[in-house]
Amino acid sequence: MNLLIPEFALIISSLGLLMLGVFKKNSQKLINNFILVLLVILIGIIGVNYKDNQNFFNNTYSVDLLSNFMKITVLIAVIFTNLISSQYLRNQSLTRFEYSILILFSVVGMFTMISANNLIIFYLGLELQSLCLYILASINTTSVKSSEAGLKYFVLGSLSSGLLLYGCSLVYGFTGSTDYYVIANSFLTSGDALKFGLVFILCGIAFKISAVPFHMWAPDVYEGSPTSVTTFFAMAPKIAALAALIRFLHIPYANFYADWKAIIIVISIASMILSAVAAIGQNNIKRLMAFSSIGHIGFILAGLAVGTKQSLSAVLVYVFIYVLMNIGTFACIMCIHRKGAYFEKISDLSGLSKNHPVVAFSLSMLMFSLAGIPPLAGFFAKFYIISSIIEQKIYYLAVIGLISAVISAFYYLRVIKVIYFDQPVDNYDPVENIGIKFSLAVAIIFILFYFIQPSLLSNIADNVALNFK
Amino acid sequence: MISITFTHYLFLSAIIFTLGVFGIFVNRKNVITILMCIELILLSVNINFVAFSVYLQNFTGQIFTLFILTVAAGEAAIGLAILVVFFRNKGSIEVQDINSMKG
Repeated sequence: MNLLIPEFALIISSLGLLMLGVFKKNSQKLINNFILVLLVILIGIIGVNYKDNQNFFNNTYSVDLLSNFMKITVLIAVIFTNLISSQYLRNQSLTRFEYSILILFSVVGMFTMISANNLIIFYLGLELQSLCLYILASINTTSVKSSEAGLKYFVLGSLSSGLLLYGCSLVYGFTGSTDYYVIANSFLTSGDALKFGLVFILCGIAFKISAVPFHMWAPDVYEGSPTSVTTFFAMAPKIAALAALIRFLHIPYANFYADWKAIIIVISIASMILSAVAAIGQNNIKRLMAFSSIGHIGFILAGLAVGTKQSLSAVLVYVFIYVLMNIGTFACIMCIHRKGAYFEKISDLSGLSKNHPVVAFSLSMLMFSLAGIPPLAGFFAKFYIISSIIEQKIYYLAVIGLISAVISAFYYLRVIKVIYFDQPVDNYDPVENIGIKFSLAVAIIFILFYFIQPSLLSNIADNVALNFK
Repeated sequence: MISITFTHYLFLSAIIFTLGVFGIFVNRKNVITILMCIELILLSVNINFVAFSVYLQNFTGQIFTLFILTVAAGEAAIGLAILVVFFRNKGSIEVQDINSMKG
């Protein structure tokens, strides 16, 4: 049971902190600090039992290397999101204790999703996570945009969980069980009928990771929600949904590789191309990040479609590097404020190099990394994926991936052009918040110096991929 | 007199599911209707689960149904809460007024 300590700790502390928040006035800061410490300790606990591998509760919940890797990545994303956003929340007067507690509850949901080995548990984890996210998107109750983002996310999100559920009901009907292992074993008896369930469930998950054609909510929700929530949306829920997707495709549907490979390839090509083309016309940096994340998800799905151990390891490396790049980029976005007012237009970045040389340099390095320019970390992420694709001789996928990466370099480089070559506007406030400085430093150091020891991360990922299943 | 078989339940649930999905996309008037369509989708899934459960003589489906009912209640509450917040800011819940961001 040692392996379940993180989940129990999360559940108990989220309920306890909820009580504390209700009964003690102005406990926001206390709760927030407690959560930060708790999450850091959890990384340690998961790290200590990293190699253990066990199923719980009648095979419904499995803790293995993959789930541990993904949980640590989620925790890193949440911790840095917390660090980055504290100043923003204070400036926007969003410092309610509910905010931190909702994030904690959604982390419980994500952990459940990542470890779920049964359709019921998977669905419950997904809903626990999504219901918190709907509220988080509309947490700024005085803003039209925020509540509209919440409404859009809610309507489309519930539609997607409906689709997913319908798929679950079909899978259950054809196999008589919701257990992943039983579903995997009954593929000979039920055969083709299971593919209907596969399609519906893939629609639901594709929605959660905002892959084309289920991406239309992403730009609006990213733009409308408070920036701190956008930071959270860009990382944690996607990692969790990806982990659930990997487990779902590799355990119950392992015997249907030929079928899901085709679907995933189509989704991935569509995501890469759409993000490359549609992001060009954007002038809001949060919308730009939404399209950029759609493109990155396209790359990750391309790696997933290959289906080898090597490609799975490439996917894990990509996910980790994607998280670090997003932490850095959003930390930079949080720096662009003047007298407490935040700016989101790309044109507002003009002349950033004059009054914020460090932020300007970091943001341009991050943009280079997102575009995949060597020797930054983003390049290695794309390199591993493409090489695993070429190894399996799916050349057209590799070619389309490279072309879309080249097109998307255009809009990343445009941001750099605005930062360095446009006329400066007024000065922005100096960056004083230690959390933002620290997060930015970690992200930049990781991205700049990843090339010195790339095997460090990829060895861990290889190990996870080899021991999966 | 036609006897109602297992297949009829599946057809019923498929029809309700389709109605729900179409309701969300075709509806151009009111957000409350969309909330009702979401409930319709979840309930059609429940019919499916119960029908399969009875047909397979297996309780898992009914347990799943209970969980879905609980989650659907929470989802409806959150949906209405977000709708109230939206109405306070915008003064309307027409679908055509949800337009402050393009897309």
